[in-house]
Amino acid sequence: MGASTITMAKALNNGLRAAMERDPKVLVMGEDVGKLGGVFRITDGLAKDFGEQRVLDTPLAESGIIGTAVGLAIRGYRPVCEIQFDGFVFPGYDQIVSQLAKLHYRSQGRVLMPVVVRIPFGGGIGAVEHHSESPEALFAHVPGLKVVACGNPVDAYWMIQQAIECDDPVIFFEPKRRYWEKAELDESDRTVVLPLFRARVLRSGSHATLAGYGPVIRTCLDAAAAASSSHGQSPIELEVIDLRTLSPLDLAPVYDSVRRTGRLVVVSEAPSEVSVAAEVAAKVQQHCFYSLEAPVLRVTGFDTPYPPSGCEQDYIPDLDRILEAVDRSLAW
Amino acid sequence: MASFLGFAEPEPTPQQVIAGLRATAEGGEDLVQLLSPEGERVTDSRFEPWVADVDVDRLRALYRDMVLVRRADREANALQRQGQLSIWVPLLGQEAAQIGAGRALMPQDMAFPSYREHGVAWCRGIDPTELLGIFRGTDHGSWDPHATRFHLYTIVIGNQCLNATGYAMGQRFDGRVGDGEGETGEATICFFGDGATSQGDVHEGFVWSAVYDAPVVFFCQNNQWAISEPLERQTRVPLYQRARGYGFLGVRVDGNDVLATLAVTRWALQECRTGNGPVLIEAFTYRMDAHTTSDDPSRYRLAEELELWKLKDPIERVRVNLVRTHGESQEFFDEVAAESDTLAARLRAHCLAMPKPKPERIFSEVYAQSSPLLDAQRDEYLAYHSSFEE
Repeated sequence: MGASTITMAKALNNGLRAAMERDPKVLVMGEDVGKLGGVFRITDGLAKDFGEQRVLDTPLAESGIIGTAVGLAIRGYRPVCEIQFDGFVFPGYDQIVSQLAKLHYRSQGRVLMPVVVRIPFGGGIGAVEHHSESPEALFAHVPGLKVVACGNPVDAYWMIQQAIECDDPVIFFEPKRRYWEKAELDESDRTVVLPLFRARVLRSGSHATLAGYGPVIRTCLDAAAAASSSHGQSPIELEVIDLRTLSPLDLAPVYDSVRRTGRLVVVSEAPSEVSVAAEVAAKVQQHCFYSLEAPVLRVTGFDTPYPPSGCEQDYIPDLDRILEAVDRSLAW
Repeated sequence: MASFLGFAEPEPTPQQVIAGLRATAEGGEDLVQLLSPEGERVTDSRFEPWVADVDVDRLRALYRDMVLVRRADREANALQRQGQLSIWVPLLGQEAAQIGAGRALMPQDMAFPSYREHGVAWCRGIDPTELLGIFRGTDHGSWDPHATRFHLYTIVIGNQCLNATGYAMGQRFDGRVGDGEGETGEATICFFGDGATSQGDVHEGFVWSAVYDAPVVFFCQNNQWAISEPLERQTRVPLYQRARGYGFLGVRVDGNDVLATLAVTRWALQECRTGNGPVLIEAFTYRMDAHTTSDDPSRYRLAEELELWKLKDPIERVRVNLVRTHGESQEFFDEVAAESDTLAARLRAHCLAMPKPKPERIFSEVYAQSSPLLDAQRDEYLAYHSSFEE
């Protein structure tokens, strides 16, 4: 099988299909995931090919989706739950925190919880309230959960399969405004596969480091390209790292990078206070204290509820805000 | 949400007291009963056949079960009073509901308890000593849920109703439910209380189990009190009638009648095994002790109410029936009493000998696939900890 150009949405769809073909215990469940194929079409065609007993159009109740997935996992199934939008996960948060995250610990390993909760997250699609949030810190803070975010179609294809194979519960964040971005994917090429809980260096650079995850990865790469081709002044080479895993964090590549560049800007769409970006900053100052030439800076969403979508181009970190922070870091 | 620790409300108003007495007075005309509080058999053509096999030997066994779990419960309560347990959740008064339901289960069935189901645990072969760790702070549940087919205690009110529903959906997906399954089919039973019926998860469990035809028996022990709140604070209608709104059958059984509870639960499980689930059972009973050892019922209910329910004691009616109908000898009752004292002594000895968990336990089995960050945190703390050792 050769490479083909594929969207992130289709890559996720293919990844789900591959996992379902491989293991009959894998179930897909959520609101509108069957005939409709999900509101973003991520599960398109799966109900037709695998039947309604493996692709469950569920009643409209998020606690029910997670709570029954917990029971199905006890029974030996590997449910993949779709939460339709980030802002709708909270009715299911109790089951995620109280049961899904804790049963392995409570049972001292006798009960496995191989459940994936897929959550389309982040803004940029002009949506109404509750459809554009970045709640990942609320999950990364919960012991017992693992939390990842894919940032490109190739990772999306492999990471969803790895998440399904993981025996721990994985909260799987998908950057919804990147669903339709394309990349070359060769499903038979395993040289591009990293373990699930590893960060990835996407671009090398010597002047400063950018670290982010999910929807801002594209923005970071664009910023690095722009900095490198700056006209009229000497180019700035930025190293770009896709964190990919938010719990556990894999910061070894970030430490390596910061020890060379001395400067780090963490980029995320979520509010900055008590965030994943804050944790990265704290750990980098602890591990790279003598290498830092400037304080770790953060470029994030603001500490507000997600604004009306008319303001979102100002809310979401863009290329200019990232480069402005890089300039501040370099000028320190 | 009701607090597990059970801090009491202020003095009840007269209206609250009257409401409590009214709610707890009688089970109403739909109450299924096979053994009256006076120990006499009650005719019920619908449910009698489900306990046709209960001869004097089996009745003796049910009596023994109830006496032993009550004795273990009282000993654990005493252990808390003596500072050996940080808290205990008494089952006093609910022995018939739990033994009746627990003995209705077949080995292949799965049970999801709340946190008061010590009697059901007994029926699943879990020794009372295994319950102590939760309340002594040495574990969060020591038994194997797969081997015992008894899930761990769930403390967040109502969560287990969705987990049980999901499990039961799996039983159906596995082809373990249907017309031909009869004795070998599987069912799930889920325990919760009257307070839990206000929780969204219980409603969602009813909805999901109905639309997926999940083989789950929802077994609500209505013990009349959710810590300090009487039943009227949770519902306008009798709880068993709620099932109708979700599209399945609901039955109210005398939860202090072990025979009726056994019969109704056997029927309900068989309905589920043969594809006619879910079923709601409301076991009408009474919490004769406090919510937990941290609670003080004298602040919200009258002592007279307890006196009323003592007349309906679940164990006494079986004892009377055994004596009057079967001419049971005092020797049998003395033997069971002696056995229960032996059990209590064993429970006490076990409790006192339980080792304090080591600090490694904090970090143990958080994940199936270990986290390098957590491993590093553990190693750092254990190194710090060992720096104090000689």
